[in-house]
Amino acid sequence: MKDQALTIPGADPVLLPQSGLRASARRIFALVRRYIYLLRSSGIRLIELIYWPFLQMLTWGFLQKYLASTTNQAAQAAGVLIGGVLLWDILFRTKIGFSTTFIEEMWSRNLGNLLTSPLRPLELVGALSLWSVIRLLVSMIPVAIAAYFIFGFNLLGLGLPLVAFFAVLVLTSWSLGLISAGVILRYGLGAEELAWSLAFLLLPLCCVYYPVSVLPEWLQWVALALPPTHVFEGMRSILLHHVFDPTELWYALALNAIYLVMGYLAFSFFLRSARVNGSLLQLGE
Amino acid sequence: MTERQATKQPSASSAAPVLVRDLVKVYGKVTAVDHISFTLEPGTTVALLGGNGAGKTTTIAMLLGLVVPTSGEVRVFGADISKDREQVAHRMNFQSPYVDLPMRLTVRQNLTVYSGLFGVANAVERIDYVAENLQITALLDRPTGKLSAGQKTRVGLAKAFLNAPELLLLDEPTASLDPDTADWIREKLRDYAQRRRATLLLASHNMTEVERLADRVILLDAGRIIEDGAPRALIETYGRETLEEVFLDVVRGRSSRDNAGDRRRPPSLQLEEAS
Repeated sequence: MKDQALTIPGADPVLLPQSGLRASARRIFALVRRYIYLLRSSGIRLIELIYWPFLQMLTWGFLQKYLASTTNQAAQAAGVLIGGVLLWDILFRTKIGFSTTFIEEMWSRNLGNLLTSPLRPLELVGALSLWSVIRLLVSMIPVAIAAYFIFGFNLLGLGLPLVAFFAVLVLTSWSLGLISAGVILRYGLGAEELAWSLAFLLLPLCCVYYPVSVLPEWLQWVALALPPTHVFEGMRSILLHHVFDPTELWYALALNAIYLVMGYLAFSFFLRSARVNGSLLQLGE
Repeated sequence: MTERQATKQPSASSAAPVLVRDLVKVYGKVTAVDHISFTLEPGTTVALLGGNGAGKTTTIAMLLGLVVPTSGEVRVFGADISKDREQVAHRMNFQSPYVDLPMRLTVRQNLTVYSGLFGVANAVERIDYVAENLQITALLDRPTGKLSAGQKTRVGLAKAFLNAPELLLLDEPTASLDPDTADWIREKLRDYAQRRRATLLLASHNMTEVERLADRVILLDAGRIIEDGAPRALIETYGRETLEEVFLDVVRGRSSRDNAGDRRRPPSLQLEEAS
């Protein structure tokens, strides 16, 4: 009976090796595939991805246009506000992409299945990170193109530093995403608000729309300890003075490395804590 | 030899599928699992039986690595599940009506994702095979969220069968199913266990299910193992006719010795005395 069954295609699973980089990559892509299926299943989700950044770009773009016609030279410098908006959106959207994708697993009560599969926690983080960047590109590319056609702002005009800016902002958003995912894992969906509010905490401190020098001196130290501040300072330096200082970006990347390690440690701590106090069981019931 | 051929099936291991030694789980002031020990032999179907709060789900969760024990040891195929779960995760699987597959994805999409997570190279054929076996072929392209409870259970089982696990953990596998569907599911589980010589551990308080499926029953009460044996042997020990009566004795604190007198008397006499 068994031999007969084995001749039928699919009667036996052919299992691939479970350890090594290829196996990890396979599991990460398997999970990303789930998120692609999810996005494909809902046109509304796709529209929503573009809708909010597009609205924000329009609002700040028109403000920029108004200021250019009425105020001083610095404010007239093309793109400071709209550039700030687009770069801020890289940070915000990636963070939200990371956190909401994780929350989605909890909403759908799928986390128990994932955490009992061969998926490792680091691979779950890898999949969330990769998907957050894919989501960001889906959302930002059309908006950046629209900004060019509507306001003549060319994000690519920032040149090569844009790649570094992008990297710094994405890495920061992953650190924040890891912390909020960990807290939600440990304290449940009641802590969901954190996913939204944590990024906004950075908005005044990262000096998205104004230079660091505007802040009180003690707060400037806080601002400079945040990697995105260096991005926004760098952007203004390019747009207003056509000068790019790479030292600031190296500093930001070094800070990011510290925050990323801290973020993963926090996530691991909360995951361990959830396993100790049984929160993962309550997720399923 | 290709990579796929080299890993066609998980290799048989001399280590017991499950070894639990002096396991304790305490949540705050509540002891959910209290110094339990047991070993599961390959190819056996074992039921964890107990009332609400007896510690069944917590025990299964510790076997899965979802809950960290307060003390004691859990080994699955020889691996310490708290530290080395990834070494054996592909040899086990899990199904519970309390854990869903993503609702918006179709059944086929969900099974494809989990085939990737478990590293099933022949995913397309395997999904078709498992779907046919569980009679869900017609449901493959429907959103999982639109299925009935019985259909969802079958889909959950399909996910659990994808990697042909040597150890299958089931948490109340037929909860909220009508008797006909529940019976059908039990038949599938029994068939799977026999054909694969797989080890099944199910948490349940459905006595019919346990009597029909299990070779062995571990009766839990307040986190402790009260009885451990074959269903028929337990029924005889307690002088009862069904496992349900044994279960009621256990949860109401009656020991097998309390019933020793009952066993010698005919049921009609027992009824008269009771009235």
